This record gives sequence, structure tokens and C-alpha cells, in this order.
Amino acid sequence: MILPGFIVSLMLGGILSWIAAKKNLLYARWISLLTLLANFIVAIIVWIQNPMNSGSDSPWMLDFSVAWIPRFGISFHLALDGLSLLMLLLTFFLGTLAVLISWKEIQSRVGLYHFCLLWVLAGITGVFLTMDLFLFYFFWEVMLIPMFFLIIIWGHENRRYAAFKFFIFTQASGLLMLLAILGLYFVHGNQTGIYSFDYFQLLGTELAPNIAMWLMLGFLAAFVVKLPVVPFHTWLPDAHSEAPTAGSLILAGLLLKTGAYGLLRFIVPLFKDAAMDIAPWAMAIGVFGILYGALLAFSQTDLKRLVAYTSVSHMGFIMLGVFSFNELAAQGVVMQMITHGISTGALFIIAGFIYERTHTRDIRQMGGIWKKMPFLGATALVFAMASLGLPGLGNFIAEFLTLVGAWQTSHKLTILATIGLVAATIYSLRILQKVFYGTQENSHELNDLSLREKMIMSVLVISILWLGLFPQPVLNTSKESVKAMLQLQSKTEAKTLQPVTSVKVFSTKQEGSYE
Amino acid sequence: MNDLLWLIPGLPFAGAVILILTGTRLPRKFVPWIGAGSVGLSALITLFVGFDFLTASPTIQSFQQVLWNWVDVAGFSAGIAFHLDALSLVFIFVITFVGFLIHLYSSEFMIDDEGYARFFTYLNLFVGSMLILVLADNLLLLYFGWEGVGLCSYLLIGFWYLEEKNGYAARKAFIITRVGDTAMAIGLFMIFKTFGTINIMSIQDQAPQVWAIGSSEATLIALLLLGGAVGKSAQLPLQSWLPDAMAGPSPVSALIHAATMVTAGVYLIARTHVIFELAPTALFIVGVVGSLTLLIAGFSALTQYDLKRVLAYSTISQIGYMFLALGVGAWSSAIFHFMIHAFFKALLFLAAGAVIMALHHEHDMFKMGGLKKKLPVIYWTFLIGAASLAALPLVTAGFYSKDQILWLSWAGEKGNNWFFMAALVGAFITAVYTFRMVFLTFFGEAKSHVSHVPGSMITIPLIVLAILSTVGGFIELPHSFGHVQLITDFLNPVLPLTSIRPGIESTEWVIQLAAAALSVGGVFLAYFLYVLRPSLPGQIKNSIPQLHNFLLSGWRFDSLYDWVFVKPFVWLATINKNDLIDWPYNGLVKVADFFHRILAFTQSGILRWYLIGVVVGAILILTLGIWL
Repeated sequence: MILPGFIVSLMLGGILSWIAAKKNLLYARWISLLTLLANFIVAIIVWIQNPMNSGSDSPWMLDFSVAWIPRFGISFHLALDGLSLLMLLLTFFLGTLAVLISWKEIQSRVGLYHFCLLWVLAGITGVFLTMDLFLFYFFWEVMLIPMFFLIIIWGHENRRYAAFKFFIFTQASGLLMLLAILGLYFVHGNQTGIYSFDYFQLLGTELAPNIAMWLMLGFLAAFVVKLPVVPFHTWLPDAHSEAPTAGSLILAGLLLKTGAYGLLRFIVPLFKDAAMDIAPWAMAIGVFGILYGALLAFSQTDLKRLVAYTSVSHMGFIMLGVFSFNELAAQGVVMQMITHGISTGALFIIAGFIYERTHTRDIRQMGGIWKKMPFLGATALVFAMASLGLPGLGNFIAEFLTLVGAWQTSHKLTILATIGLVAATIYSLRILQKVFYGTQENSHELNDLSLREKMIMSVLVISILWLGLFPQPVLNTSKESVKAMLQLQSKTEAKTLQPVTSVKVFSTKQEGSYE
Repeated sequence: MNDLLWLIPGLPFAGAVILILTGTRLPRKFVPWIGAGSVGLSALITLFVGFDFLTASPTIQSFQQVLWNWVDVAGFSAGIAFHLDALSLVFIFVITFVGFLIHLYSSEFMIDDEGYARFFTYLNLFVGSMLILVLADNLLLLYFGWEGVGLCSYLLIGFWYLEEKNGYAARKAFIITRVGDTAMAIGLFMIFKTFGTINIMSIQDQAPQVWAIGSSEATLIALLLLGGAVGKSAQLPLQSWLPDAMAGPSPVSALIHAATMVTAGVYLIARTHVIFELAPTALFIVGVVGSLTLLIAGFSALTQYDLKRVLAYSTISQIGYMFLALGVGAWSSAIFHFMIHAFFKALLFLAAGAVIMALHHEHDMFKMGGLKKKLPVIYWTFLIGAASLAALPLVTAGFYSKDQILWLSWAGEKGNNWFFMAALVGAFITAVYTFRMVFLTFFGEAKSHVSHVPGSMITIPLIVLAILSTVGGFIELPHSFGHVQLITDFLNPVLPLTSIRPGIESTEWVIQLAAAALSVGGVFLAYFLYVLRPSLPGQIKNSIPQLHNFLLSGWRFDSLYDWVFVKPFVWLATINKNDLIDWPYNGLVKVADFFHRILAFTQSGILRWYLIGVVVGAILILTLGIWL
């Protein structure tokens, strides 16, 4: 019951805070905060209770399944393995921070705001947990719509344009995924007679190469737009720069990760052969994204837009890593999902703090902030360094593992991706120079961070340092899942991916209801 | 004592953490106690550990300590683990002791600076990272220290961040060294693919079995490592960041950009010497890089006005000597010169810093002069450092360390006449520019007013370093007289001896004589030009202005890189600021918008238009119906 509990509690928390906001705005804030904290603590307990490397060969820890629309083989099936656990921890962690940074920033329609926030998070949690493709698509939409409102209601000047662009890009690509899901459903149904959306049923479906390719491209469309991969990235700078701070945090920290998660969870195990066919292209496009994003980040003058393009660049590493098809690179990808969520989230928060004080995002009007806000300056330094991949911070582990793994597959592309580290240095140092160093151009009242803000930043700094110095617990957690997903080749091997408990329960229900 | 190893890098880090946490709340006078104190303790522990190491049984060649398992994924495993052997012991000794002296110096030098605690934080982080670099037992941890010192170098060059140009110099240093680091990272990927491990000792053991001498893979890896080394050690072609790095406070120039960090490249090559020995071509290239750099930087040093820039070019040039030594396989000579250079160059930078502070931040040597009487301690210590740099015979440590390189660049098995000539010409130039500096700064008429006489925290480190710059040389005396080789013997378990071409041992004294004559001749030339005929240098300069400007600008490397890399990058970034890829999407929006307008136009709400529409439509349909 823990797994549905995560999602339901977030949805209920959202409704409650909407109602509570009518009485007192603080109630709404506290309800959201406590809901997320509670979820975070539960997730940590689950993590502690499931030590990895315990010798069990199944990566699955928890499983929950009830029939939903048995006629069509749709079930409410949630399952948790190391990868999804890490993603949940990240979701609740960043979610908690998202509530905290909105504490002062959001003053209008507070109840609705927290409702949207918690529902986005519920959608994301669902995406990370669900093992039924129909349900997956459902949650994919659940995270989209409240996010749309977060941008269009609480965003900056150009929010309408950004919100629609975000919606259309995601929706259009999501529809392609829906087609692919249905295609896979029917192909599998025709073959086996079992019409089911269940992930474990569909694993190892024998697909003719050209069908596999088309179905995979359908899934891929949704994921590469979400990730995003150049040339499908142009929604991202607009959405990120126009969203409120918490919106940018969730977009960069979590929504992008659903794309990465999709690649690992669906593309790699379901369509391994087709994915391997396009792997050189996918890696190349990832590397292109690394360099292209870095170049664009260098040229931006809007701080949030700049950080958004750094995301484009960093997400290139995910494409490179996933399509290298080895454990090193895939573990690098998992680390990248987490560390990028934290470091880029932190940069957006910093941009938000500066915006609250100076009411500008234009770095040409900034400068000299270190002198007045040394605490903020020091934290910005840490995250600029994280962004350029300094050892000792989590991002280094992620990118280095990805590159070592990619080297086993392609030398040329790895060299180009490594050059991306130089490009990352150039744009990261530019942020520090333009924003924090130099002398101040205008005379804003700049107070250094408040206690609440200091706490947020300290927590982020500690986590990125912890991930950089002690990454092994995280790597151990995802190890078995990553291995299982990569090893999968045929239906028989698919068994290693199956949760022990659920399969039987589920398939009997299936047969009973459908035939 | 073995267990205390982790404290050596740990203490400076702990000091930095305390300074970060207490921040500006800590009273000013406690800051150096934590900053310098932690490094001092680290130096003491180095003594203990070093003593332990020396007295340990000869079978023990190294101390190991594993703190925790850092990364372990699919066979790629790296621990936070230290490895102490003779080579790292020399380095940690220099880093902690010179580091401590410079911390002591900084406690007075930076006392009025607003960012006093910040300065010590960065300095401590630097010392900690540098110690990690030289103690790492695997290449990933080495890379950690490598990048850590790069960060601290960046932070300290740009320490006075209010000025735009300091920020520029800092970024330049970080980015250029990062180019080298990228090459090195690729080298690490290749090493891991080949050996399946990144543990330095395992690589050393396996390499001779895996590769034959001259193997192309070994050569490639060695060249990639060299790429990292030339970046960090400011050697050709990545040397151009170091002169600008002088924007940082003088203690920083002394510690990072002279004594320790810039020699990390020397350490890396010495540490991976097994790979380089299997790749003779790469090793030869190391020698070529070294000899070219030492000449290029030496010539540039002749023309500089800024006291610290002369020292910067001189550092590049002296590290060139170390690379030359590595290139001819004179491993221990390179390390010996590293150590002596750390003493005298730190001394020179610290003394230069004291001069600059005394003269109200005046950097131009031509506006100094006559300081001999006003700053006697500074003068004498600077003179000792300068004599060591110029390698004045017999009495200076620099003579012994440089002489060894000169000798082996010719007599060593891998040596040749070209290397030797470069080293010889370099020795002469070194003497000239060094004493040009001495005469311009301390002799002649006083041109600036001395406003500040340095106190004991500044003079004590200078005196200690001056002593080391003199007696440090006696631990290694040439074959021709004395024949002491403590350093070579000490390093021998780690670094192999250099074999000498047969039948020429007896000529060593000729080379020594030549080197001594050149160095004294150089001093005399400087005396002639800048004391006896002070108008002559100006005339020479005016007669060949282009050559002068060419050398002054460091052989125009900056403009070259500006044209080849910076300008195209910035141009590309500027034209693509609005993301060309967004255009097709916007085009799609425009098309949709266009049809939207057309269709919206028809929905005018005017009944007559609708009626006409209906009629025209009916007619059209009817006509079509009749025709078809």
C-alpha cells in the first residue's frame, strides 16, 4: 500500500491545501510541505529497509497491482525498483524545496498553486512507479496539465507563449507515444492472445524489425522531447525562463528526468535491437546537443534562459550514456539524472533569489553581487562548479562514468563529448563573472539570504557534495535495475525483470477476465 | 605514523571547512591561526610520516591508506586512497613546508584585505587538493586533486574580483588548463580500457607486459597525459595563461603559480614514467616541449616591465627545464630541480610581493630602483633567490640542480646536442633577465617612495627560504666534485636512474665550466646594460620595436588563440543567440497563424457576406453538378 499511498497522498494533499487556502494561506503552504516531507521520509525508510547487494537477483522491492479495466487488460500496477526509488527520493526532495522556495514568492492564488504543484509531483511519482503502459500515459498527462497552469498563471512576462509552446510540444510527442503504446498492445495481443498493457507482459515481445523500429520511434518521440534532445529542445528555454522558480526547479529537476527515465525503462528493455540500430545516431545527436547547448548557454543574457540551455547541454550526456549500452554509462546516466536535478535546480533557485531582489533576469544588469551577498555567491560558486563537472561534486561522477562507458562504444563521440567539458567551463565561469564578480552597476538593496533561503541552499550544497564524495550508496541502489535492463534480450531473459509476486496474480486475472 | 597519512591533506581541508562555517564571524586575528595553523600541523605530520618512512625497513617502499570506496561500477573502481612513496614524499614535503611559509607570509601580507578569511579558505583548499593530487593511489583521485587545484588557482587569480581584468585572467587560466585536462581525461578513458583499472601501481606493473616499447597505444596515452601536463604546467602550447595569472595576490603567485601547482605536470609525467618509457617518441616530445618552452619564455622574460611577469615567464622557463629533464629520462634531476625551484621561486615571488607592497602596488621595475638600502632584508633575500635562479656557480642550490639537467641533456642516453644547446642558451638568458630584475629594482636611483616596511611575518619566511635556496643544493653534488646523490638514491626505488652514454663521464667538468661561465657572463651583461650603460637597453628596444613587442607579448600566442579559437566561438555564439533551430517551429506557427487570419476574416458577422457566401457556394456546387 505504500506505492499508491505516495500518489494518493500527494493528490489529496493538493486538494486539501486548495481548500485550506480559503481559510489561511499558511495552512496551504504547511499542508503541502508536510505532505511532501512525509513522503520523503517514507521513501527514505523504504531505501534503508531495502539494502542493496543483499544477494537477491530481482531488482524489484515493492509491487502493487489491482485490475482497473480488465476488459482491456489495463491494471493499476505500480512497482518499485532501485531506479524508481532513487527517482522518488529526488522527486520528494526537490518537491519539498519547491514548496519552500514558493513560501514568499507566490502570493496570488496560493491554494490553486499548491494544488497544481502537488499534482505535478503526483504525476511524476506515477510516471516513475507505474508498470502499466496505459497508466503510464495517464500519468504522463497528469504531470503536463498542472505544469501548464503553473507556467501560465504564475510565470513571468512572456508566460502565455511559453506555456502553449510547452504544452504543444509535449502533447504532440505524447500522442505519438500513445500510438506506439497501442501498437505494441495489439502486436503483443495478436501474438499471444493476451491483450495487456502490463509492462512485464510486454517485455520481450517478439517484434519484426521494422515494426519494432516504428514503435520505438513513437516512444522515443515523447522521451526526446521531454529530455530534451536537440533539435526538439526549443520549448525548454521558453518554459524554463518563464516559469516561476519552483516551476523551473520541477521542470529541470524532474520533468526532464521522466524523459531520461523513459529511455532507460522502456526504450532499452522493450526495443533493444531497434535501439541498438539507431544507437550511433542517438549518441551523435546527444553529443551534438552537449556542444550546441553549451554554445547557446554561452550567448544568453537572460540568466534563467542561460541555465535552461545548460540543461540542454547536460541532457546530451544522457543520450550518449543510454545508447552506449553498458553498465558504466547507464550508471552514469542515473547519477546524471539525480545530480543534474539538484545542481540545475539550485541554479534556478539562485536565479529566483536574484530576481526577487533585483527584478531582472538580465545578466548585463547584474554584477558585483558577491560583495553584497557572499552566501549566495559561495553557493553559486559550488553549483557553477558542479555544472562544469568539478570532481568532488556529484555531477563529476555522473559525467565521468558516462564518458568512460561511452568510450567503450565510440571513441570519436566520446572525445567530442569530453570537449563539452571545456565548453561547460566557459559558460559556467561566465555566469560567475557576469553575475557575482565585478562591480555593481545598479544600486539595488541586496540583502543576503534569509534563514529559510540559507537552509534551502545549504541542503542542496550538502547533497551535491555527498553525491560527489559518497556516490556508492546511490550507485548500489540502481545497480541491479540497470543491469537487468541492459541484459534483457529475449522473452526468457525477461524473467529477471519480473517482480516475483505480481506476475501470477496478474496473469490469472488477465486470462479470467478477457477470455 | 602510517595511519596519520590522511591527516596531511585532511587538516588543510578541515581548516577550510572551519573558515567557511565561521565565515566573517571569526575575529580577524584567529583566521591565520586556523589557516596557517592547519597547514603547519600538516607539515609537522609530514615530518613524522617522513621520518617513519625513512626509518622503515628497506623492503617497504610505500605506505598505503584506504579511507573509503569512492566509486565502484562494473569494474571501474577508485577509492579515496593514498599511496606514499619517495616521489610523493618529496612533493608533500615541499607543498606543506613552502605552503606553511607562504601562509605565514600571507597572515601579514593580506591583513588589511576585506576577504581575509576567504583568502585563507581558498589557500587551504588549494593545499589540501595539491596534497591529494600527489598522494592519490589512483588516477581518478589524482584527477580530483588536479581539478581541485585548478579551481583554487582560478579563485585566487580572481581573488580581487571587483576588477574585470582579474576575472578575465582567472577565467583564461581555468579554461586553458581545462583544455589540457580534457586531453588527460581521454587518456584516463584509454588507460581504463586497456588495463581495466586506474590504480597507478597496477598500471605500472602491467604496462611493460601489455605494451612493447614504442607501442602506438602507449604513445597516444603518453601524449594525452602530456596534454594535461602542459596545460597545468604552462608549457608550450598552453603556456599563455600563466603571465596573466599574476593578477592574483603575490603569495598566490608564489605558492600556486611557481612552487607547487604548476609543477603538477612534472609530477604527473614522473608518476607515469613507466608509460613514457614505453613510448620513446612521446618522451622525446616532452623534451622538445621543454626545450622550446624554456627558450620562448626566457626570451619573453628579457623584455617585461612588470616585476611579477618576469618571474612568471621565468617560471615557465624553469619548468621547461624540468620537462627537458623528464624528456631525457633524467627523472630524479627533474624532481631535484622542482624542489630547488620551489624554494627560490617562492622566495623571489614573496620578496617581489613585499617590494610591490612597499611601493604602493607599483609593478613596473623601471619605476623602482634604489631599494637596496631601504629594504635590506628584502634585497639580500631577493639577491640570494636571484643568484639561485641564475645558477651562480658553487654557492647556490640552483647551480647544482640545473647543472645536472644540463649534463644529462647532453650526456644522457636520450640526450642530444639540440637539447643541450637549448639548455645552455637558456641558462645564459636566465642569468641576464634575473639580474636585469635585480639591478632595475634594487640598484640605481630611487624612483618611488617606500611607504611600508615589511614586518617579521614577511621577513621570516623569506630568510628561511633563502637558506633553503642555498643549502638545498648540497644534498646532490655532481660526480666531478663531492659526488653526493641523496635525492637520486632516495628516489631510486620509484624513479629509475639515468644511464649515461659510454665514455664521456670525464667531460662533465667541461660542461660545468661552460655553465658557470655562461651564468656569470649573463650577470655581467645585465650589469653592463642596466648599471653601466642604462641608456643602451632603450636604444636597443627602439631600434627593433617589432621584435621587442613580439617578445613582450609572449610571442603573440594570445592574439593567435584569439583569432583561431576565441573569435570564431564568440561569433558563432553571437549569430546563433536566438537559436536557429527554433525558426522552423516559429515558421510552423506563422503558417498556422496565416490560415487562422484568413478563416477568421470570413467570420465577419455581417449577414450580407454570409448570404453572398451561401449563394456563391450554391452556384458553384450546382455548376459542378451540371458539368460533371
